[in-house]
Amino acid sequence: MNAAPYTLVIGLEVHVQLRTKSKLFCRCSTEFGRPPNTQVCPVCLGLPGALPVLNKQAIDYAVRTGLALKSEIAKFTKWDRKNYFYPDLPKGYQTSQFDLPICSRGFLDISDSKGAFEPKRVRFIRAHLEEDAGKSMHDEVAGKADSRIDLNRAGTPLLEIVTEPDLRSPQEAKAFLTELRLLLLYLDVSDCNMQEGSLRCDANVNLHIPVDGKTVATPITEIKNLNSFRAVERALTYEAARQWDQWSNDHIAIGGRPKQTRGWDDVQGVTTLQREKEEASDYRYFPCPDLVPVTLTGADLDKARGELCELPAATRTRLVQQYELKEYDSDVIVSQGRELVDYFERAVVAGGPAKRVSSWIQQDILRLLNERQQSLTQLGFSAERLADLTKAIEAGTVDTSRGKEVFAKMLDDSALSVAAAIEALGIKAVDDSELMELCHQLLAENAKAVNEYRAGNAKALGALIGQAKKKNPNADPRKVQELCKQLIDSGAV
Amino acid sequence: MSLSPTDVERIAHLARLQLSEAELASYSVQLQAIVTFVDQLQAVDTVGVEPMVHAIELSNVLAADEVREGLSRDLALSNSPDHDDECFRVPAVLG
Amino acid sequence: MEWQFASAAEISRQLSSKQVSATEIAKYFLSRISKHNQAFNIFVHVDEELVLKQAAEIDARRARGESELGALAGVPVAIKDLLCTTDMPTTCGSRFCEKYISPYDGTVIAKMRAAGMPWMGKTNLDEFAMGGSTETSIFGAGRNPWDAQRTTGGSSGGSAACLAAGLSPLAIGTDTGGSIRQPAAFCGVSGFKPTYGRVSRYGVVAFASSLDQVGPMAHTVEDLALAMDVISGHDPLDSTSLPYAKPGYTTSLSQAPQRFRVGVVREQIESDGLNAEVKQAILKTLDVLKECGADVREVSLPHSKYWVPAYYVIAPCEASSNLSRFDGAHFGFRAEPLEGKKSKSPLVEMYSSTRAQGFGAEVKRRIMLGTYALSSGYYDAYYLKALQVRRLIRQDFDRAFEDVDILVGPTTPNTAFKIGEKVDDPVQMYLEDLYTVGANLAGLPALSVPCGRSQVGLPIGVQFQGRPLDDALVLQIGHRYQQAIGWRPTPAPLS
Repeated sequence: MNAAPYTLVIGLEVHVQLRTKSKLFCRCSTEFGRPPNTQVCPVCLGLPGALPVLNKQAIDYAVRTGLALKSEIAKFTKWDRKNYFYPDLPKGYQTSQFDLPICSRGFLDISDSKGAFEPKRVRFIRAHLEEDAGKSMHDEVAGKADSRIDLNRAGTPLLEIVTEPDLRSPQEAKAFLTELRLLLLYLDVSDCNMQEGSLRCDANVNLHIPVDGKTVATPITEIKNLNSFRAVERALTYEAARQWDQWSNDHIAIGGRPKQTRGWDDVQGVTTLQREKEEASDYRYFPCPDLVPVTLTGADLDKARGELCELPAATRTRLVQQYELKEYDSDVIVSQGRELVDYFERAVVAGGPAKRVSSWIQQDILRLLNERQQSLTQLGFSAERLADLTKAIEAGTVDTSRGKEVFAKMLDDSALSVAAAIEALGIKAVDDSELMELCHQLLAENAKAVNEYRAGNAKALGALIGQAKKKNPNADPRKVQELCKQLIDSGAV
Repeated sequence: MSLSPTDVERIAHLARLQLSEAELASYSVQLQAIVTFVDQLQAVDTVGVEPMVHAIELSNVLAADEVREGLSRDLALSNSPDHDDECFRVPAVLG
Repeated sequence: MEWQFASAAEISRQLSSKQVSATEIAKYFLSRISKHNQAFNIFVHVDEELVLKQAAEIDARRARGESELGALAGVPVAIKDLLCTTDMPTTCGSRFCEKYISPYDGTVIAKMRAAGMPWMGKTNLDEFAMGGSTETSIFGAGRNPWDAQRTTGGSSGGSAACLAAGLSPLAIGTDTGGSIRQPAAFCGVSGFKPTYGRVSRYGVVAFASSLDQVGPMAHTVEDLALAMDVISGHDPLDSTSLPYAKPGYTTSLSQAPQRFRVGVVREQIESDGLNAEVKQAILKTLDVLKECGADVREVSLPHSKYWVPAYYVIAPCEASSNLSRFDGAHFGFRAEPLEGKKSKSPLVEMYSSTRAQGFGAEVKRRIMLGTYALSSGYYDAYYLKALQVRRLIRQDFDRAFEDVDILVGPTTPNTAFKIGEKVDDPVQMYLEDLYTVGANLAGLPALSVPCGRSQVGLPIGVQFQGRPLDDALVLQIGHRYQQAIGWRPTPAPLS
């Protein structure tokens, strides 16, 4: 990719379903997955005579998001109708925001902790509120092709976030989406579940190609149907190559062909032409006469700003500064979401040594959550218990390897304390004289290994550890090895 | 402004109204007459005048985010020209 | 007893003193309907059983001595077939909704239901309220009880005519550009368009949302006040509903100020288009008002000649979008696919043929006009321009109301015209709204009451327009006028 003879230019449009309980303009539930057409009313069915009333929570969520994205929040915002006919749009228009979006500009910084790309600032053009459409499903019955329409989703609040074409690679696009999703989850404005469609993404893509000292841009395509981060990455990679091939064949630059809409086919791994916007769609936007404008005062915004939670970028820095975590470790914890950050901090507050807590979380807790597909709450291992466990290890009451056994024991019984688990496992501290005796015995029984060690094979004593464990399971293998070395090196054996 | 039959055809398509040749001709004439009539507005000096969308200008009419019972599915589908007791049915979206 | 021209107030008094039962009243008007409805094409739907059931409920409640019964409990009302009702079809006078039964009641309907007002039925109208003559209805033209060859006016023609014909003592209409006031004037009854937002629009099939307003039609201004007490008030289901406490329209009805300033709009009273007989009737009305304490002066509304052009941009623009939901997908009429015709998109085909067959010519004209005025390249020149002119029109009113309390003038330039006379000339038809659309553009309360008849006996209406929110004052002055002339509804000849 680094030798690509072009620059890939990507802008994203992200549709975020806000997690309000009721819809944007009526009080029907927004719950996902209910039987078709069971969460509908005259308003979201677009029945004659029905009128919209704006959900206050949607405005609050949009403002919160806008502030977190460092956007300018409009003091005056209004509702516009976007007119077009489609069966998932029962009114024949979508209520949206055209010329006065609730948020303008703003940015989000992204970086890669593994250094896959340079840190960069992705700028936003705007973010506006609008209502979601229903769902249409293709259906073939007795040779007659029909579409079935479910309007449960119609009217769910969406925040459409539009970026500048600032992204330059599929990896950057994926990283941007990952970071945006994390931010939205921290803000608690959306559940961001891509399978359920609460986070949806379209990409606008073209290539900038250096030709004879000038830059030529290829025609922009809009890619739809990007239902996972992986799909975004794959589709952009595919599309870059496709546009390059096309350019190499026809040398048609931007303006030479109408803008295309292409759909991503995740199974075939290709984008396919959906339509060419030959007749530039004429949506006849105009202010919705059924809805009144929303005004926000400086005080409203100050209040919302005051209520804003700590954002992921700030949390990353703080964990490094406050707990002396490595940037990488901080990133791993923060990227898992606010719940894990809280878990980490609660464990530290309860006395767990920060670095040890961090590594237990990354190596053991996350592994288990992943294996078991559980949430932290479901795992049933409280931050306080993790604090106790890591404290015991730090104090030497139990070594790291037996610590894993203690952890496993505690997982099986959510009422079991560290002390009780240690006792149940028969773990006892081995005193120095006991240990000394054990080492003498081991060295005496393993003359061959001792000789090999003396001959310069530092690893030869490793064989003794297993035997030590058999003789006394509580013996700390690290201490046994050290003591044995000492005894040989000092000439005591 | 003048309104050609091509304009009327374009408008009719946008508005999803199928017109016969005869209708196209008669609507073109009638719409032209109306457009000429409303063109009087062009004579009014409106520089700097704020457009007036609403008859009475209110703002911030907001509802609390509380779920209320909507319509039963049977009732929701009751006026539908075609349905299968679950969904509305329409001719294929992608045809 | 003959109830046909009894006021709602009178019927209310007789009901509450148990001189008559709601059932007797309902039966009386049902028999009038069966006798006269056909000739004048007034009601498009009557459900005898339902009316009698509603009336019987009220009688039962009254017999139980319920103290909660409102003034209009048991007083029948006729409803323009544009208001959504769960117990009758809501056709909008359109093929599209011929069989449409709303799964919900609109707010005004719910309020009248709660007030115990039995509905006589749904009245004829121009299709989707788009017209000034009740000629574009799929049920055929309504006929004026004063002269069956003439129109009732429109679009609330059926609601006006049912009063004139004595088929109901009260009616509900809607007014987007004069659709209550103009048919009230043509049929010799009283009609009131409240300040925009006074009455909820929830459940009223939208024509032009920023102009539509529901209002009562009746024999007297007192009856209008009684009806306003029932139907008005803030509605959380309508974002444009005014969040103000409603005045007691009936209790304040007799509180007209001793002296008030009346403005006569120079551009209207002196316009060439104003029929001489209508002008005479207005001048006579002004004389009466002077005796009632009016200080009459001339005012100017310089942009009044732009009312109709501005209206015929804004209303069609909103209508073109409001009527997009009538597309055959989720409710109402759907055209059968044409046999043997291969279409690129069966869906677009369905939409286009459904809408072509579902809508009548005037509705299609307005949809196309609005679509054009909102389309790319024309928005600024038409829609935006009209909204700016609308502001200037409102400012004209604001200035005039600095000097006067109320504007008095003709409701219409002429008396009722003949059926078929203007139906093929949209611009001529639109000019019928010359004096009424201003109140819709500016949101003002406006009242039309009868003020005389032409030589051939056709009713003439006078219009009272007040400041926004001055609904009570407009009704007070209208009431004082009716008292001053000793107003009694005159039976129409029904010929």
